[in-house]
Amino acid sequence: MTIDDLTNTTGEWLRGEGPDSDVVISSRVRLARNLAEYPFLSTASETERTEIYRAVTEAVATNAGWSDALSIDLTEADEINRALLVERHLISRQHAVGEGSRGVTVSTDETLALMINEEDHLRTQALRSGLQLDQIWKDVNEADDALSQQLAFAFDQQFGYLTACPTNVGTGIRVSVMLHLPALKLTKEIEKVARAARDMRLAVRGMYGEGTDAVGDLFQISNQTTLGKTEEEIISAFGRDIIPKIVEYEHAARESLVRHRMYQLDDKIWRAYGLLCNARCISSEETLALLSPIRMGIHLGRFSAFGQATLNELFLYTQPAHLQKRHGKPLEGEQRGVARAEHIRGVLSR
Amino acid sequence: MHYVCQNCNQARATVHITETMPEKHERHLCDECAEKEGVIVKQHHPTNTILQEFIKHKTGLGGADEKACPDCGLTFREFQQSGQFGCPNDYEVFRSLLEPLIERAHENATHHVGKVPHTADESLKRQSGLTRLRRALQEAIEDENYELAARVRDEIRAMQSADAPES
Ligand SMILES: [Zn+2]
Ligand SMILES: [Zn+2]
Repeated sequence: MTIDDLTNTTGEWLRGEGPDSDVVISSRVRLARNLAEYPFLSTASETERTEIYRAVTEAVATNAGWSDALSIDLTEADEINRALLVERHLISRQHAVGEGSRGVTVSTDETLALMINEEDHLRTQALRSGLQLDQIWKDVNEADDALSQQLAFAFDQQFGYLTACPTNVGTGIRVSVMLHLPALKLTKEIEKVARAARDMRLAVRGMYGEGTDAVGDLFQISNQTTLGKTEEEIISAFGRDIIPKIVEYEHAARESLVRHRMYQLDDKIWRAYGLLCNARCISSEETLALLSPIRMGIHLGRFSAFGQATLNELFLYTQPAHLQKRHGKPLEGEQRGVARAEHIRGVLSR
Repeated sequence: MHYVCQNCNQARATVHITETMPEKHERHLCDECAEKEGVIVKQHHPTNTILQEFIKHKTGLGGADEKACPDCGLTFREFQQSGQFGCPNDYEVFRSLLEPLIERAHENATHHVGKVPHTADESLKRQSGLTRLRRALQEAIEDENYELAARVRDEIRAMQSADAPES
């Protein structure tokens, strides 16, 4: 498998089929780990950094859980390929623009990914579509068990898994759920939900994590406390309590829109379709903003021009790196907007 | 060109959006109004707020923050500036200074519960030895003291084989 093979599919997390997938786009769990015998990356020398990279990649290469996996040395990957991995949620933006020996290993179905030398030596993630927290915890826990047979992780009886930043210490777990909340946004209740989440010590961010805006009504909710609760406790708070509640609010807001603002809602959905069908130059932000009401329309049964699969395809392949990858060469500014509009019209006229 | 927020007509607009409904037009909002409308999600960086906590409480350490980790050389003051530790041993070296800060950052939690790696006991030994030895080796090589380098290398090997996790 190569990085180019990735480009031809939309990845498991974007299937749009898991439980509660009308609202929950994807679920992700990440575990931060560091090799006990090496310094953290902020003080590691370039030699030590390279040794860490080699130690982890060698462990992965002989690990049954990662057979057939794709390992990418990010120092060798060009800018478009690195951006492609960000768009597929396989690496963080920080990892894409980082420096020095670093890489990522991705399982063939993209449900597992292992970032090497991001902020910590290892960050293993499991990612699936819809609300599937128990499944992805199982995935990532098994991967972590297997790796710990080969690598000694920095661990302390009191503080648990030791991480470069003490905000991640303990379990080193980061649970993130990506939600599509167009109705709460339209009814202006979104900030209430965000505030309630923050009161519960949860972080609310845009689609690509820290420092990103909520484009396309996509919000990512994640835990910030990693010490003093077991992984299962943190997961189950999300899966059985926090997320179902937000899903319920979004459903109520959608029902209210249908009941009280049906014409405006339908108008918004179908106008968005009209724009996508006819635009001659369009940004990725505008594309995501237009796909948002359509996605809601599909799930409410108010939109019939195309289904979830086409929506997923448009969602991913209109993003800058995917678009350029498909195009076969880098595109600048307006060119990119024109190519994107052409691509969308091509898909929609099929 | 500066815009005034179109919502409150008071604050300076910092968020500029192109809306497409009902027709294409631009809107200019201040941070606060944009957040209220859900146009932006204010960044509440967990790391930064917790970092501020760390920095806030650094007074009154009476020079304790000048103590350096013997493995990586990091001082507690340097940690407070960057928010990043230098090596796993820092948690041991700065334990007492760190405890109250960790407690604040993690909703009063003081101890890890949950998963434990099966190499837990061994990793404690490894982490406060190998980094130091490896750096000593590097220095010895740079000083062209090959006799010392050979000795240190043997020590590293002995330590690695003593507690390598069984495969
Ligand atoms: Zn305003
Ligand atoms: Zn240290």
